[in-house]
Amino acid sequence: MSAILEPLSSVCLLLGSFLLLTGALGFLRFADFYARLHACGVTETLATALIILGLMLQATDSALPQFKLLLILLFVLFSSPTASHALAKAAWNAGVRPRDRRGRRDIALPPGDR
Amino acid sequence: MELLVNIVLLILLVATAGALVVVRGLLASTMLTSVYGLLCASFFVTMDAVDVAFTEAAVGAGVSPLLLLLTVAAIGRGEPRPVGALPVLAIVLVPVTAALLIIGTLDMPPFGSPDAPAHTHVAPRYLQLSGEEIGIPNVVTSVLASYRAFDTLGEVLVIFTAGVAVLLILATPGQRGSARPRYVPDNHRDPHTILQIVSRILIPFILLFALYVQFHGEYGPGGGFQAGVIFASAIILYGLLYGLPTVCRVVRPAVVEWLSAVGVLIFGITGVFAMLSGRPFLDYSVFADDPVTAQHIGILVVELGVGITVASVITVIYYAFANQFETAES
Repeated sequence: MSAILEPLSSVCLLLGSFLLLTGALGFLRFADFYARLHACGVTETLATALIILGLMLQATDSALPQFKLLLILLFVLFSSPTASHALAKAAWNAGVRPRDRRGRRDIALPPGDR
Repeated sequence: MELLVNIVLLILLVATAGALVVVRGLLASTMLTSVYGLLCASFFVTMDAVDVAFTEAAVGAGVSPLLLLLTVAAIGRGEPRPVGALPVLAIVLVPVTAALLIIGTLDMPPFGSPDAPAHTHVAPRYLQLSGEEIGIPNVVTSVLASYRAFDTLGEVLVIFTAGVAVLLILATPGQRGSARPRYVPDNHRDPHTILQIVSRILIPFILLFALYVQFHGEYGPGGGFQAGVIFASAIILYGLLYGLPTVCRVVRPAVVEWLSAVGVLIFGITGVFAMLSGRPFLDYSVFADDPVTAQHIGILVVELGVGITVASVITVIYYAFANQFETAES
């Protein structure tokens, strides 16, 4: 049993770490606030889920740590996208608008918004 | 491996502290304070001080940046550049103080040394006899709520005093209590619909988790201090998303002010109860014939007092701060 679970757990942990790394890279390299938020907000949710899944696959004597990790996973799945949404909304309300690499506006804005 | 984690964490701590000094703008400073608290909590975990880490994560990374954010919202996020002459006195005094502090650490025993005064005085006795005398797995709780309960009573009184002080300073003249909301947020212009729905799902579980931390403190990391902060943070989350008038209808300011004193009184009366039976102050052995059961009851009651006081004082401070902000905005 552990011969299957151990490698599976490692794969999940490594994949999660790799995703976090890509998110950090995107956060440093992307052009404007929303692209950066997209880079780390999306990868973070999946990466955290993968890392928690990897930890859950580690063999233990009782099922209690797995249950606690499941609760943490559920909490992250709720809170992480909501936090990204709150950040994006706060930025939009504060007047931050999408821009491209040269600092120009990248998208057509809805009417009434300048 | 642990050394590597420690080095990385300490580098991040120093970098955050440096950024805190350099950065201008109060909002950025507040967020960096929160990051600093989270890093401290991680560092405490690597030192196996999970109870302290729990408190630091809840207070240092959670509630205190939140209160700072409310202050920033009330006074504006700009930080004026310093004007006038160089503060010569400060430039001289700060390095001298730092040098004295560093010289002071040279006399301290190395980290983890078994000869350190902290490990030679009463700690060995607590560690060896806690299982027999108190009978709970979490030695931190048995030290905090039984062996050193008098010190903990002092801490709870400090928290209560802080709440009273905030009320004395921030309560507007002519009004009784912490919050009399006059400003109603304009929900049509900017409804926080998604946040409101998600918080409505999560708040019951946050409250449940707070109760778990409160009553599981004997068996795992946690206890009254952490549970109180988590409980209050659920109330604050509700207040931030639904507005001060709504949360004041759910959790009345007058009741919370009253409860902040009730918690301290529960703690104190537990001690006096022992005195009335002719035992020393805070001696739990009066609660049951079996000494271990008596300790269990005493610890549960005392922790409940701590939890009630911490939760209500933080809520009171939040009400007082938020009331300032909403008065300033309207």
